[in-house]
Amino acid sequence: MSEASAHAAHHTAPTGFIRKYVFSLDHKIIGLQYYALGLVAVVTGMVLSWIMRIHLVWPNSPIPLVQWLSKVGAPGGVVTPEYYLSLMTMHGTLMVFFVLTNAPFAAFGNYFLPIQIGAEDMAFPRFNMMSFWTTFVAFCILISAFFVGDGPPLAGWTAYAPLSAVGKDSGPGEGLGQTLWGLSIFVFCIASLLGSLNFIATTLDLRTKGMTLARMPICTWAWFITSCISLLAFAVLLPACLLLVLDRVGGTSFFIPSGLNVSDHLQPHQGGSPLLWQHLFWFFGHPEVYIAIVPAMGIVSHILINNMRKPLLSHKVIVYCMMAIGFLSYMVWGHHMFLSGMNPFSALVFSFPTLMITIPATIMTLIWLGSLYGSNLRINAASLFCLGFISMFVAGGVSGFFLAQPTIDIYLHATYFVVGHFHMVMGVAAIFGVFAGTYFWFPKMTGRMMNETLGRWHFWLSFIGTYAIFMPFHYLGLAGNVRRYSAFTDDFLVPLVPVHKFITYAALFTGAAQLIFLFNLIYSRFKGPAATANPWECTSLEWSTPSSPPPFDNFGGVHPVVYHDPYQYGVKSSTGDYLMQTSPERAGETP
Amino acid sequence: MRGNMGGKIFAVLVIVIALASAVPIVTHTWFGSNISLAPPEDISTHGSEIDKQLDETMLEAGLSFLAAQLVLGVFVWQFGGRKDGVLKNFPGGAKYLVVAALLLVGAEAVALGALGTKAWGSVYFQPASADALQVQAQAGQFAFYFRYAGPDGKFGGIHPEKIDEGNSNFFGLDPENDIPARDDITSGELVIPVNKEIHLMMHAKDVGHSFYVRELRIQQDFVPGLDLSVHFTATKVGKYEIVCTQLCGLGHYNMKAYLNVMSQDDFDKWLKAQSQ
Repeated sequence: MSEASAHAAHHTAPTGFIRKYVFSLDHKIIGLQYYALGLVAVVTGMVLSWIMRIHLVWPNSPIPLVQWLSKVGAPGGVVTPEYYLSLMTMHGTLMVFFVLTNAPFAAFGNYFLPIQIGAEDMAFPRFNMMSFWTTFVAFCILISAFFVGDGPPLAGWTAYAPLSAVGKDSGPGEGLGQTLWGLSIFVFCIASLLGSLNFIATTLDLRTKGMTLARMPICTWAWFITSCISLLAFAVLLPACLLLVLDRVGGTSFFIPSGLNVSDHLQPHQGGSPLLWQHLFWFFGHPEVYIAIVPAMGIVSHILINNMRKPLLSHKVIVYCMMAIGFLSYMVWGHHMFLSGMNPFSALVFSFPTLMITIPATIMTLIWLGSLYGSNLRINAASLFCLGFISMFVAGGVSGFFLAQPTIDIYLHATYFVVGHFHMVMGVAAIFGVFAGTYFWFPKMTGRMMNETLGRWHFWLSFIGTYAIFMPFHYLGLAGNVRRYSAFTDDFLVPLVPVHKFITYAALFTGAAQLIFLFNLIYSRFKGPAATANPWECTSLEWSTPSSPPPFDNFGGVHPVVYHDPYQYGVKSSTGDYLMQTSPERAGETP
Repeated sequence: MRGNMGGKIFAVLVIVIALASAVPIVTHTWFGSNISLAPPEDISTHGSEIDKQLDETMLEAGLSFLAAQLVLGVFVWQFGGRKDGVLKNFPGGAKYLVVAALLLVGAEAVALGALGTKAWGSVYFQPASADALQVQAQAGQFAFYFRYAGPDGKFGGIHPEKIDEGNSNFFGLDPENDIPARDDITSGELVIPVNKEIHLMMHAKDVGHSFYVRELRIQQDFVPGLDLSVHFTATKVGKYEIVCTQLCGLGHYNMKAYLNVMSQDDFDKWLKAQSQ
């Protein structure tokens, strides 16, 4: 047995409230903290999207309570064009960093990765605590941008220089707000690096006896692969943000060339390159898509297998595909920059691996679909969200085929087609993974069951609603509807406004449906029926802990021993049609 | 029983959604209304290649989308809520699916990647021809300006410190010291002759912007500090909107100009009138 026991004595269960729930070293509490932060961020981000959607179709109507957000940005509740861009920037930043990076990866990964490999905690519990609180600081810095002089930045979550770099001259929000944005993401990168290192060390060093790499559940693999992607990606965004902040406050010129006349002020900078920022940003930015989606792929595979009562057609192929996606994700960043003025030959070089990524993605989809065949598929809120994930992943994936081609990108670049594509594939699909994970693991995390009926209604409304929002975005893109506009005043955009109205109604409806989930989450936490030890009859280690939630050291002082591959379903055993990884029993014949 | 119903509902829902999603793609309009959702008529010499590529990709991607959603629906209908049935594996198992994905998607990717570069090449790999009409475009917060070389055929130099919008010196010209600048013609509208190649030289005054004309099938960023250019030939007389597609600040949504395509005669008259 390994390092697991060596680390066991490092810390004992705390007794005080602060050390138990606030500055906790326990990976499970830290996982829940990440989840809670993700929840606050997603609610904030969603409310911002509501304001944006309402403003887009009724630009001159006051929106209730919005004047309270900013007197300057929304006088009388009517959002100004610049404040629309600020809301958009904050929406994107909150969702990408604090929701899509935190929830599927940091929250569930923290909670379940150590348990699934039979460890008592992460390899570096103090690092782990620091990761969360550093992320929290990053969140506070970002939110503080709402309360400074001229409000949050308006340069978008991509913060293209020189708009983001030259300071106040380039517009409202480009003063202190943009600097705070740069600092926030800088701090976030530090937190993510610490977290990724911890995940990697934990997976490699703390596996319990018998838990070979091949016996790790697919979601453990997904979190491990994601932490490798994340380590390399944030390591590049970190210095990029530092250079951006230096350009803003230190008088340097990394991203600003000479001869710029912004708002009648000749800028004192010289020698920088706006394309440098784009390269550094997208070198992070594209892998970031996979940081959001790979954990969701893992979670969905794990839950789907449990509900199909049989393993996937191939466990290995799914893991290899996730690795291939992670590897390819570093070679494709230039497809965000086909029209940026970089050498046009390089567009072809970036286009090819982008098209190639379709291959592992298609293999995974076919394996999921093929595995459904001949299964005893249980239908519940968790499995429905898994099926919804597959549907969304396909819908968002096929549109990537358009954008991967520089020829077509000439027409579709910077239109709503792009907005529809990434919202479906990295936004909704990843969030569906988080929902599936929540319904599935809630009994383990709280000891109570979530309400199944509410869970299903949440799924039906969310599934219909997200399609109603994001499919029409593609149609608008085909009509050439430009993104990041705060109003549609161009001759060719005015006729498209009724479609935007439909989307706004769909967004309000779908957002409201999330209240069902919030209610279910809070109500079930306190009033849900008690969960049995293994309510889903699942095989992996998180369901062999002595209690729900698991005790401080996860396995009550025992080091579990693993005897089997992770997914022994459809077998004959004393427990029924499955065999726990920790069961020394040998599986009988398939019943 | 209840679980079974859930599977049936999902199956029907996913197939209905998939089919409904295809309706605006096939009809090019928004569900029975007269709102057009198709790309507007192409008015360029290279655009038909882009449209062809878009159509082919739409066919392949659309069929893949429909097929996958249909299979998902059928399998969930068939196996959703089934209890204690005999577990079966998909005929052939993972191996055939992997081979199928490699062959089908691989071939599709190679075909689209290799054959689909023709239009890209015609815009970006071939330089503008020597007799193309040179026009300089400048993007700044939040307007486009266009400049023609005038009778001497030479552009004056740009001096950012001399930009003075109050006196219509949008480009920062220095006619006092710079002879070629004296006859330069500046316009807020991009006026071009039809069926004549245009070499558009792009200059960003302040931050990043982009030049997008849907009908021309042309989009290109203005990047501060970089001398970029595109070339195109418009084939149809008319007025078209030029819009900015790179987020450039508070007035981004309102940053636009018109492309005015004229007959050569009308263009010559227009140019003459401007230089007087």
